[in-house]
Amino acid sequence: MDAIVADNLSKSFGPVTAVDDVSITIPEGGIFGFLGPNGAGKTTTIRMITGVLIPDAGSVRVLGTDVDKDPLAAKLKMGVIPENGTVYSDLTAEQNILITAKFFGMDRASRERRAGEILDRLGLTERRNDIVRTFSKGMRQRISIACAIVHSPKVLILDEPTTGLDVYSRRLVIDTVRHMNEQGSTVLLTTHNIEEANALCTTISIINKGKIVATGSPEKLKKAFDTSRYVEVSFDQPVGHGLFSGPGITRAEQWGDKWRVYTDDPDRAVKHLASVAERDRLTIVSIATSNPTLEEAFVRLTGGV
Amino acid sequence: MDWKVFLRSIAVVTEKNMRIYYFKGPVVVFGLLFPLIMFFTFFIGRNLDIVLFFPGFLGMMLFFTASSVGPLITPWEKREKTYERLVSLPVILESIIIGDLMAGAIFGVGITAIVFAVSAVLLRLPLAHIGLLALSLVLGSITFAALGTLLASPTTDNPSNIMMLSSLVRLPLIFVSGIFIPLSQLAGWEWILTSLSPLTYLVDLFHASLNGDAVYPPWLDALVLVLVILVFVLCAKVIQRRNLVKGI
Repeated sequence: MDAIVADNLSKSFGPVTAVDDVSITIPEGGIFGFLGPNGAGKTTTIRMITGVLIPDAGSVRVLGTDVDKDPLAAKLKMGVIPENGTVYSDLTAEQNILITAKFFGMDRASRERRAGEILDRLGLTERRNDIVRTFSKGMRQRISIACAIVHSPKVLILDEPTTGLDVYSRRLVIDTVRHMNEQGSTVLLTTHNIEEANALCTTISIINKGKIVATGSPEKLKKAFDTSRYVEVSFDQPVGHGLFSGPGITRAEQWGDKWRVYTDDPDRAVKHLASVAERDRLTIVSIATSNPTLEEAFVRLTGGV
Repeated sequence: MDWKVFLRSIAVVTEKNMRIYYFKGPVVVFGLLFPLIMFFTFFIGRNLDIVLFFPGFLGMMLFFTASSVGPLITPWEKREKTYERLVSLPVILESIIIGDLMAGAIFGVGITAIVFAVSAVLLRLPLAHIGLLALSLVLGSITFAALGTLLASPTTDNPSNIMMLSSLVRLPLIFVSGIFIPLSQLAGWEWILTSLSPLTYLVDLFHASLNGDAVYPPWLDALVLVLVILVFVLCAKVIQRRNLVKGI
């Protein structure tokens, strides 16, 4: 069974179409990334999937349960971290987790055991009885994650979970997402951090201007833009642009004291550069090939520079 | 719908509200201090029959306490950004509305029952019908907690806006509700105006419970309050659903 099936979701706010006929199917077990620039429609889509926003058109099923027709049953299967969604600052860290667990019908012993486990995993055991108001942003986000995973949800949905976090909190969040996935949770996360999506996700959808523009594994998306591979080379003395005209080389750009030579065949380009260096009595100071990046795919798909 | 999950969601929303909002400044000021100050303003130094006017004071106390929690909750949660998390939990709109209403009603019943018990002992108040008094307390608290929840429904993340709106609605209701002038002494347009306030029917019920005399039959007072509860809750649901469509 698919973890999340969203069919033809659309949402407009006045004259602005935020999400335009978006359909996604997320199979059980993976980590699905929803990538897009600010204002692309990521959060609006997530809010419709989690039942926080009522779509103008379309439907969402979570593990077979329609979110609109049976929201209680659908939400019992989810753990959600909303964008900027924080926890109750007047309650302690532990109280926040325990009261969230009550919504999921966990008995007292399970609630307390699980809260202890999660606080330990997220490095907050010593602060469990402190009021959240006194916490840093990173610590609040960790409590937010704790609340989302307290019931070991089958589907974990995180909207920009690492935005604005310090390195330590970010790493804890990523480790926890991976751990939950290993424990059997399907993860849907939105991010505009390309490296994070590349490192975490098994499948990525890129959304732009309310529409899905590409879906695939990070490697598949990179391969779709294989022509953007390049060789970076530097010589012991300045060289001219004309040096880089050769077979398979599409263009060359100067980057500081280096040249970036774009090619669809790095092997041929390297051999060509070696031969012209020998011919012109140049010494190669450094040379490296670069794989296509997800960033390149993202920029091209979203119409960036 | 799974009723067990639904009832549980109401209970947890209520518990959450009681833990967080009972001690917030606006609740203490508008729910406790305000009715006491109004009572002293209108009754101290005047030669009024306390037994005759106590039902009015009790109604005012219940009105303010029960309607003071609800207006605060949703705007506060929207400002603190906890509302979206709440909606994404296993709750539906009705769970949130009824949970907010329950928190206000329990606050109203609790405080008003204590005030009544202390006053009954100190002032040796009559008590004609204890069962009717209990029903009045419950119905009145739910009615005005529902009003509080309705007042919280417009889209805003600024609690002070809602507290202002709340005062704008509540204060006129106080003055047209037969608290300061017994219903039996009203006629014409004054009587019509008074009939429009739900507080009138609660005060009348308190008269029936404490003094054994009332203008309307108790069943009519109770029926009006039940209808008012239904109207308030339905209006709150319509407005809050519209907010969900608009994006909160």
